[in-house]
Amino acid sequence: MWWRIYALLAKEFLNLLRDKKSRFVLIVPPLVQLFVLSYAATFDLNQMPIAIYNEDSGQAARDLIARFTGAPAFREELRITRQEQIAAALDSKRVLLVLHIGRNFSRDLLGGHQSASLQVLLDGRDSNTAQIAQGYLRSVLSRFNNDWAAGRGQAGPPAELVVRAWFNPNLESRWFIVPGIVGLLTLVVTMTVSALSVAREREQGTFDQLLVTPFTPTEILLGKAIPGLIIGVLEASLSIFFAVFWFQVPLLGSLPALYLGIVLYVFSVIGVGLMISSLSLTQQQGLLGGFLVIVPGVILSGYATPIENMPELVQHFTLINPLRYFLVIIRGVFLQGLQAADLLDQYWPLALIGLFCLSCAGWLFRKRLY
Amino acid sequence: MSGFGLRLRGLMRKEFLQVWRDPSSLAIAFAMPVFLLLLFGYGVSLDAKQVPIGLVIEQTSPAAREFAGGFVQSDYFAPRYFANLHEAEAALLARQINGIVHLQSDFARRLQANAPAPIQVILNGVDANTARLVSGYVQGVWDKWLGAHAEGNGRTANRPVQMEARIWFNSALRSRNFLVPGLIAVIMTLIGALLTALVVAREWERGTMEALISTPVTVREVLLGKLLPYYLLGMGGMLLSIGMAVFLFQVPLAGSLWVLLLAGTLFLLAALGMGLLISIAAKNQFVAGQIAIIVTFLPAFILSGFIFNIDSMPPAVQLITHLVAARYFVAILQTVFLAGDVWEVILPNALALLVMAAAFLALALWRAPRRLE
Amino acid sequence: MNQSASACALRFAAVSKAFADTGPALRDIDLALPVGGITALVGPDGAGKTTLLRLAAGLLLPDRGRIESFGLDSVTAGGQLHSLIGYMPQRFGLYEDLSVQENLQLYADLYGIAQAERQSRFADLMRMTNLAKFGERLAGRLSGGMKQKLGLACTLLNRPRLLLLDEPSVGVDPLSRRELWQIIATLVAEFGTTVLLSTAYMDEAERCQRVVLLDRGEILQQDAPAAFHALASDCSFLLSSPRTSNRALQQRLAAHADVVDSVVQSGAVRTVVRPGSRPDWSKLFPGAETVVSRPVAPRLEDAFILLLTRRRSSLADAETVCFNPHGAGAKLDGSRTPVIEVDQVDRWFGRFQAVKKLSFQVGRGEIFGLLGANGAGKTTTFRMLCGLLPASNGTLQVAGLDLRRAASQARARLGYMSQKFSLYGQLSVRQNLEFFSQAYGLHQGRRRERIDWAVGQFGLQAFLEHNSADLPLGYKQRLALACALMHEPEILFLDEPTSGIDPLARREFWARINQLAAQGVTILVTTHFMEEAEYCDRLLIMREGDILAAGTPAEIKQRSQAGGAEPVTTMEDAFIRLVEAGGEVGG
Repeated sequence: MWWRIYALLAKEFLNLLRDKKSRFVLIVPPLVQLFVLSYAATFDLNQMPIAIYNEDSGQAARDLIARFTGAPAFREELRITRQEQIAAALDSKRVLLVLHIGRNFSRDLLGGHQSASLQVLLDGRDSNTAQIAQGYLRSVLSRFNNDWAAGRGQAGPPAELVVRAWFNPNLESRWFIVPGIVGLLTLVVTMTVSALSVAREREQGTFDQLLVTPFTPTEILLGKAIPGLIIGVLEASLSIFFAVFWFQVPLLGSLPALYLGIVLYVFSVIGVGLMISSLSLTQQQGLLGGFLVIVPGVILSGYATPIENMPELVQHFTLINPLRYFLVIIRGVFLQGLQAADLLDQYWPLALIGLFCLSCAGWLFRKRLY
Repeated sequence: MSGFGLRLRGLMRKEFLQVWRDPSSLAIAFAMPVFLLLLFGYGVSLDAKQVPIGLVIEQTSPAAREFAGGFVQSDYFAPRYFANLHEAEAALLARQINGIVHLQSDFARRLQANAPAPIQVILNGVDANTARLVSGYVQGVWDKWLGAHAEGNGRTANRPVQMEARIWFNSALRSRNFLVPGLIAVIMTLIGALLTALVVAREWERGTMEALISTPVTVREVLLGKLLPYYLLGMGGMLLSIGMAVFLFQVPLAGSLWVLLLAGTLFLLAALGMGLLISIAAKNQFVAGQIAIIVTFLPAFILSGFIFNIDSMPPAVQLITHLVAARYFVAILQTVFLAGDVWEVILPNALALLVMAAAFLALALWRAPRRLE
Repeated sequence: MNQSASACALRFAAVSKAFADTGPALRDIDLALPVGGITALVGPDGAGKTTLLRLAAGLLLPDRGRIESFGLDSVTAGGQLHSLIGYMPQRFGLYEDLSVQENLQLYADLYGIAQAERQSRFADLMRMTNLAKFGERLAGRLSGGMKQKLGLACTLLNRPRLLLLDEPSVGVDPLSRRELWQIIATLVAEFGTTVLLSTAYMDEAERCQRVVLLDRGEILQQDAPAAFHALASDCSFLLSSPRTSNRALQQRLAAHADVVDSVVQSGAVRTVVRPGSRPDWSKLFPGAETVVSRPVAPRLEDAFILLLTRRRSSLADAETVCFNPHGAGAKLDGSRTPVIEVDQVDRWFGRFQAVKKLSFQVGRGEIFGLLGANGAGKTTTFRMLCGLLPASNGTLQVAGLDLRRAASQARARLGYMSQKFSLYGQLSVRQNLEFFSQAYGLHQGRRRERIDWAVGQFGLQAFLEHNSADLPLGYKQRLALACALMHEPEILFLDEPTSGIDPLARREFWARINQLAAQGVTILVTTHFMEEAEYCDRLLIMREGDILAAGTPAEIKQRSQAGGAEPVTTMEDAFIRLVEAGGEVGG
């Protein structure tokens, strides 16, 4: 049996790799996505344009402004001199926010009786960026306050926040996004390969030819699943390589734990892909079916938006999403340094999804064949 | 010129019938938009609400209770109390909570003694974005508490400078309000570029193009016969999306509908031009579909400012975004929906769309085959 | 000069055309079609027939030379030309998800036909094509023959003065084929339309006023069919022998140096000899054997083969086919043990019964033909026999086993070749051969031996590393047969194996099949090509899922004769007569 499966595997790989189009689909889109996503998909603020409206002439105000413009998150785009200019600057999206220091700033600050006020006007169209920007502003300001108080020998605030982030001390989005991309790319490639595999043979008429040979349905199913597994694992390895050596994301945990996760994850994705494929009569249907699964699969995985933020009902839906489990595994192994034993509760749902879908695919296989 | 009218009518009727009878076209034109809208309208939110957070208060005191009260009252947190730090850390590792706020046993004493009392905040940095949001919220609670604490003790605030933030346009900072308008650009890309690329490639694949060009139909008519039906379909998708956004998801529409429709027209023409160009180059559904996803759908998702802010991207990537038509449309959409008819935003972006539409359509017309080679 | 040019419906003057990827397609073509009449374009695969038609339709531009149609230059006239010419591509340009009526509407719009005139033209065409009752049906759901008729109807909406048809009758059953030809004949008679069509069927070309024979991008000969006949006069004979089977006789004849062509037909072997040669048939059988030889009138096909063989060193290397099946000892044993048994088989698709209580048997070493119009149920029957489709009722046994339930080993005993080229197009010829030999469980040494055999037998050496999708049609079909024979099956299933293949390749193919049968391989074949039915030992003609007639070709011809007064000479006449007579003959 095994060398017959070997024949099927050789055929499958030749069929995939000899064709320029399929080679293209396997290699170019994943690499483009890896780089574009890794660089573009970030929630960190970097050189955001801001406007300054300073009505105060004191040194303290200038010092405060220097703190903000000196932060890597911000860049002074515009200096405003009149109230009316604020609206124009924000409306036109020229700046994300306007820092307004009022006429009485120095007086209040030096007088020490009441807090000086720093007014911030934010463009809330992109609510996420606005919120993150507020966080950045607060921490710049709180450092300024501490230094100011210390410089005058005044007591600081009675209680101080000491914030520590585990696993990602500088809270770099990239550490979070890039491992996620590994999961995403593996999903896209494995799904495309497996969703098209049976549909392509059916469209080209080779499936009938295959069925009249002595291959058993199990052999054909394995012959379709194993190439997907190999390609998926290779694709994941390639992206992990780039994540570690190009994007410098720390890989703390055990590689075997990660690879166990990858194999189970790819296995479950192949199950879904082959299920789609055995339902499709043409490649176009296979491609579209894959697309219809990938898009919600990515959105509802916790890749960019946390699952906890979703409505309860939607959260239940995510339980059948393989990417959800894999993201926990890969981020856990990369950043938290987890071992296989810590991840058992992520492994078994993946295995279950894979087994279920693959048996469905096998059954549909027989059903649609005849 | 009745011959022209007749031919165009025939081509358009054919196109509509085909879309109507092909389940995969229907899926892209109708099912996918509604599905995406529901997903983004209900499923996805970038705002952290009711974040599970662990509170470890080693010794209760009025000040500590007051501080913890800030978390209970806040909309952003769903606090859970832990007896000791160890248990809380275990919960953090098990992803049951997103962060820990830890008040040590000497909190009240140090507060009294005016020696800075540390409040330890531990965040799970694995999800850096959430961690950053949570950190901001914790700071907000702390800030509020400081003010109240100082007031309660009859003192002025200990903060030399206090920040007063005012949010314009989307003051509640609902992420839905900016996701849903941006999604319209993605949906129209789906219909304008992906569907169009697929259907034209199908004509080549099935050999109907050969029959078409052997009739008196001109290239311009064939292109127009594709453009008009998918333009109508795309605008239909847009109206549907706007309707769902305003009536189902309660996204305010501050600007005017006609501006949206006009900008939508320009964007759709650019997307259609790209779809036609792709299909002319590919002549094969499979390749056309792949290219359309890579050069139109993914950029509309990632490089348009729909989710990720363009200004934060590296300069090289920012340059690339200028080639993405969706970028200009997303800017118009978010502005017209949330800010109103701001011409400083609308006009330059509309101009960019106009240039792209003209360029792509001209290219498509130029590259369109008049014969079989 | 001008006068003569405008009198021509189509004129090619020193036209050449080459493609970047495949090289020259046409060289110095000179052609002049007078207005009216039908011209057939014939030639082997890859001769340049489609390129010539596309050039004529203005879909391609010539590299050199001039093409004129009714005095209009194809390069400059553009749109004007399109309203004079009707062109039907090989893959009829129908929208499969539009109904018959909608397709007609679309083309009426495209041709700008006025509303008032439309209804009468639709009615005419519907009457001509017999499609009236299918107006609401989607074009994708029509049978191959109906699709072709609809394609033709769409092209005819504009009443073109020049009609270009690219292989209009490929994959069309004899009945629809005849209807198609009636439509074309009507056009020529009523409207004076000029028709240029390409075809692989020589009997169709025979009916045309002019025949243009194209080979490797050049015109070999263009003339009336009668002039072609003259080329082959005194070369055609019907041979038979009382003691030897026709198939054995044909094999001996094929090996003869002076014999250009020999096929089994009408209970004898139709033989074409080299012009001027007078072979002595008695030398073929040195014993007491006598060969009866009777001269017959030449056909276009004879001339076609004569002309082409003159340009090629030898017709084919098929004479050397040598094959040792498992049952090599069990040659024709006279008893003809049944190898395929079909008993009371039904097949339902929903509420539609595709096959009704079908029963028949096929003996070892028999060539058994399954015939029928499109939709008669022969493909369903075929797929059930291969185990690709379960029967709703009844039993099917192949080599004593039901293939649906049998272990995979049982499938190792049969070979399968489908009508559509269904090998892995992205794999090279060698990789396809390797894969199928592995699939059938051949081990290393044996595998190499069989691959060498296949490469040698089928002349695939030059193409070994080519992608099989890029092979010429005839070679694709050779490769498909080679793959089906890798494991020396006892039973061979062939589903329309020669559809769209030129007469030369068809000859070659059947020579191989005959030799396999002679060695004890059982062959089940479906075909639309009635001449091929003559090559079968026994036939089954199906109609609406039922048996219409069964028996040897001679018996079937005789039975069809009972219906009418005219003598039935060809299988095609017999088939049409039987199908039209309907249930009367069925049993």
